[in-house]
Amino acid sequence: MESGLRAEKDISGCAISGIMDLTGKRFSGDEIISSISCMRERSNGLGGGFAAYGIYPQYQENWCFHMMFENKSALVQTEEYLRDNYKIIKDEIIPTQEDRLIRYRPLLWRYFLQLKEEKVKLHYDLTEEDFVAKTVMEINTQIKDAFVASSGKNMGVFKGVGYPEDIGNFYRLQEYQAYIWTAHGRFPTNTVGWWGGAHPFGLLDWTVVHNGEISSYGINKRFLLNYGYTCAFFTDTEVITYLFDLLVRKHGLAFETVADILAAPFWDEIDRAADKERELLKRLRIVYASALLNGPFSVIVANGKNMAGLNDRIKLRPLIAATAQQRLYISSEESAIRAVCANPDRVWTPKAGEPVIGRLKE
Amino acid sequence: MGTKKRIVIREEYCMGCRLCEVHCLVQHSQTRNIIKAFKGEFPKPLSRIIVEEKGYVSFALQCRHCTDAPCLQACITGTLYRDKKTKAVLCNEDKCVGCWMCIMVCPFGVISRDLKNKKIASKCDLCLPNEEIQSRSSSGSRRTSKKTATFGMGEELPVCVKNCPNGAIVFEPGEKDALRNHW
Amino acid sequence: MAKRPTPTEFVVVRDEQKCISCQACVRMCANDAHVYDAQLDTVSVDNEKCVGCHFCETICPTGALTIQRNPSEFKLNANWDARTIKNITKQAQTGGVLLAGMGCDRPYPIYWDHILLNASQVTNPSIDPLREPMELRTYIGRKPDVIKLGVMSSEFVEKNKKLRTTNYELRTQLSPQLKLETPILFSAMSYGSISLNACKSLARAAASAGTFYNTGEGGLHKDLYQYGANTIVQVASGRFGVHKKYLQAAAAIEIKIGQGAKPGIGGHLPGEKVSYEISQTRMIPEGTDALSPAPHHDIYSIEDLKQLIYALKEATRYQKPVGVKISAVHNVAPIASGIVRSGADFVAIDGLRGGTGAAPTVIRDNVGIPIELAIAVVDQRLREEGIRNQASLIAAGGIRNSADIIKAIAIGADAVYIGTAALVAMGCNLCQKCYTGKCNWGLATQDPYLTKRLNPDIGTERLVNLLRAWSLEIKEMLGGMGINAIESLRGNREQLRGVGLSDTDLKLLGIKPAGEAW
Repeated sequence: MESGLRAEKDISGCAISGIMDLTGKRFSGDEIISSISCMRERSNGLGGGFAAYGIYPQYQENWCFHMMFENKSALVQTEEYLRDNYKIIKDEIIPTQEDRLIRYRPLLWRYFLQLKEEKVKLHYDLTEEDFVAKTVMEINTQIKDAFVASSGKNMGVFKGVGYPEDIGNFYRLQEYQAYIWTAHGRFPTNTVGWWGGAHPFGLLDWTVVHNGEISSYGINKRFLLNYGYTCAFFTDTEVITYLFDLLVRKHGLAFETVADILAAPFWDEIDRAADKERELLKRLRIVYASALLNGPFSVIVANGKNMAGLNDRIKLRPLIAATAQQRLYISSEESAIRAVCANPDRVWTPKAGEPVIGRLKE
Repeated sequence: MGTKKRIVIREEYCMGCRLCEVHCLVQHSQTRNIIKAFKGEFPKPLSRIIVEEKGYVSFALQCRHCTDAPCLQACITGTLYRDKKTKAVLCNEDKCVGCWMCIMVCPFGVISRDLKNKKIASKCDLCLPNEEIQSRSSSGSRRTSKKTATFGMGEELPVCVKNCPNGAIVFEPGEKDALRNHW
Repeated sequence: MAKRPTPTEFVVVRDEQKCISCQACVRMCANDAHVYDAQLDTVSVDNEKCVGCHFCETICPTGALTIQRNPSEFKLNANWDARTIKNITKQAQTGGVLLAGMGCDRPYPIYWDHILLNASQVTNPSIDPLREPMELRTYIGRKPDVIKLGVMSSEFVEKNKKLRTTNYELRTQLSPQLKLETPILFSAMSYGSISLNACKSLARAAASAGTFYNTGEGGLHKDLYQYGANTIVQVASGRFGVHKKYLQAAAAIEIKIGQGAKPGIGGHLPGEKVSYEISQTRMIPEGTDALSPAPHHDIYSIEDLKQLIYALKEATRYQKPVGVKISAVHNVAPIASGIVRSGADFVAIDGLRGGTGAAPTVIRDNVGIPIELAIAVVDQRLREEGIRNQASLIAAGGIRNSADIIKAIAIGADAVYIGTAALVAMGCNLCQKCYTGKCNWGLATQDPYLTKRLNPDIGTERLVNLLRAWSLEIKEMLGGMGINAIESLRGNREQLRGVGLSDTDLKLLGIKPAGEAW
């Protein structure tokens, strides 16, 4: 498996799309499927996927793991491991329907989990999130043929090998209601895709869909190692996810600040900024130098409360945003927005390194 | 731009290699070929620059082109004259009778004798371009102009400056230069 | 019989047709290899005295001189080569330790030459540094783990809403940092080992290029205080020239524990080089030997080092980074880790091929490990311990060109020190006779006849040119990789591949073999 994963560093020219209802009103997966299918050209059928937030309101206090197993023994091992650490509130197969274009598929299972009290006491130095993240990393690296697709609360990732609209249909996403939907159509250039390697990439509440290639991957990965994150999948999407988790969840920085780290302004620009801003930007760049994402990318990142779009520092990949009443749309192409929202209130192209942030209204 | 620039010596960087002498000699030879100038020209051409040495201190010395030049007053034939354009002190050799009064009065000892021709010979001309040499005082005849024109080298920089390997001879604007200070 | 070392190392070939007997070579050779015969008006050569510095060849106006290796050969012997026989003969004659200058010249593997760089194709656009920004700015110093921000009042946010990040108040203090416009510094070369003119050239070039030079353990000459903002001052085992003003004048302080050319060995500046100026600068009597002990006699353990680091930080009111320079030895990774944990803001590591003014040849050629491996294991170790951000790493010892620099940075260094390359820029041809004090190029000498041969204006210009040229090349290579800031390459070993290296070498360097994809 090791070598199989190693070859999986994905380099994609992909399509991304995201829709968020800022008031938290939920809507079905139809819209996001229409949006992403509009950009079929950009992907090559080797990966597609969706993230949905707000889909399991009845289990919103429980950690929901979407799992992929290559075989039964991986499932048995994983269940044993989970049972050691969590109370399994509910587990079930993820409902799918036949789709003649989706041929091979792994065993897809979801678990709703509650952390055991004694484990919380035992790991008093970890927050609950840290513990869950540790669980995810351990399953991914230590249990052969098992993969955690998502591990947040009241959310899930649905992904696989195929065109995104086929994947969406296969997972019956029309039947889910969510207030944030993100989607991805993949064009991996150097390997056949595999189910785990499709986007979105998820950890805890975080999901990332990503179009691009991160040339700084080597150092971003090692920077994360300094903070205890093990990058197991050789994908740059993974490092982006972990960087957001580190900077937002652990270091308590706002999305705007994270954007100033990941797509840092040039020194020229920093030198010209007003005193206070200059000092802040300078320190961010000095301290988080190794977190700078260099190379072309556009990403849509979401957690339960926010959806944000971000471009690389010289905008080498497309990203466009639109608002219509309480809705925020972010996409690779305007067509994908217009397909589901013919007359947005405002459509704009964010500048390089300038984040588009949608915050859930309380 | 060549006007009013003067050669300035930075003795702290003079290595004493005397390459300035070598190149000055070549520049003022008939063939202007270094091998021929040294091995094939008789009488051997003379350098107009002299490297002075004592202990580890050394420096190259050549005509300072003084503002108030004693040699101009001492010259009985008008051989030495002030070039109007560059303000350099130049020499019309045809007029020289070899009285050597200029040598007597030069406070720097930078005019030397041409023993073969009984004339002065070693007199820095700043390697000025031909036309500037030719723009000599009106007394200069046409014939002499042509002949002495061989000494007008058309160099942007005096060759001693150009060939000094360590920047110890520099060509600088002469407004606030050392001419007065030296004299 | 008393055998002399023969044959001579070099043969000076003089083209008699071209030689004009101008005697420039005679005047310029500090070793008196050229001799003028006034009667014959010819110049002849004493080959035995030639050290192969090529100064005469450079100065000769007719190009009449060529310096060649002596073609005379011993009987071929794989065990006992000419160098070995000569060395034994020399030692049999003198009974002394063989000395050498510059870095190790033995043919150990040069890992730089087995590492290849990446470039973008198709999936990622390369960037043209002539048309788009390309950033080399680097900060050396301790970095905190996290930046803490406090949210500002809503009033302030309203007032400054045009500014994107000002609605957060900065709560994290940053330790003092050195700002480098290019990740290249001039390494420690003391006034004493090199001439004042060479020091001036380095200082001015550092100031002009926005980087730093290092005083070595020679103290700071009064003429050099004006370049304090671009000076790293060294505190070495001899404590020469260390006083309050010295520490305060500098931008940073470096504690020198070891030197790549002579790990575990102290220094010795012979009394004849200790001129009035040097005695004033080093604060020792004129004409006395300046001996640097092998260890610092107040540092016999890591906790002693911590005391010195904090003593220096106290002395400078925590306003200057304090670093530690060590030579790359077998246990370098744990040692570096200990140094970082003792509070050092940067660690300079000097590899096997690092230069020196004088070292016992046997030490220079046999002690230490190559810088490539040292940087790789130190960077990895610090990351594993989660303390890599607490100190910057400076790689030194045998950095020859911009490719070496970019590879060192990709392996994990923050910046590099160049010493030998800087000397070469100022004239040096690596004759390795620095310890004789007869450097014809006016670099490694205090002889007033020789020191004036380096005009600091020229030295400065050449050093600035070198830094500029290398920076441009680094930008080109970065752009090719599709990276527009040097920090995205730092420690980014994915951009490197090894050729002709063993699995163990690859593992230690942390790079994949050429041909292997991501």
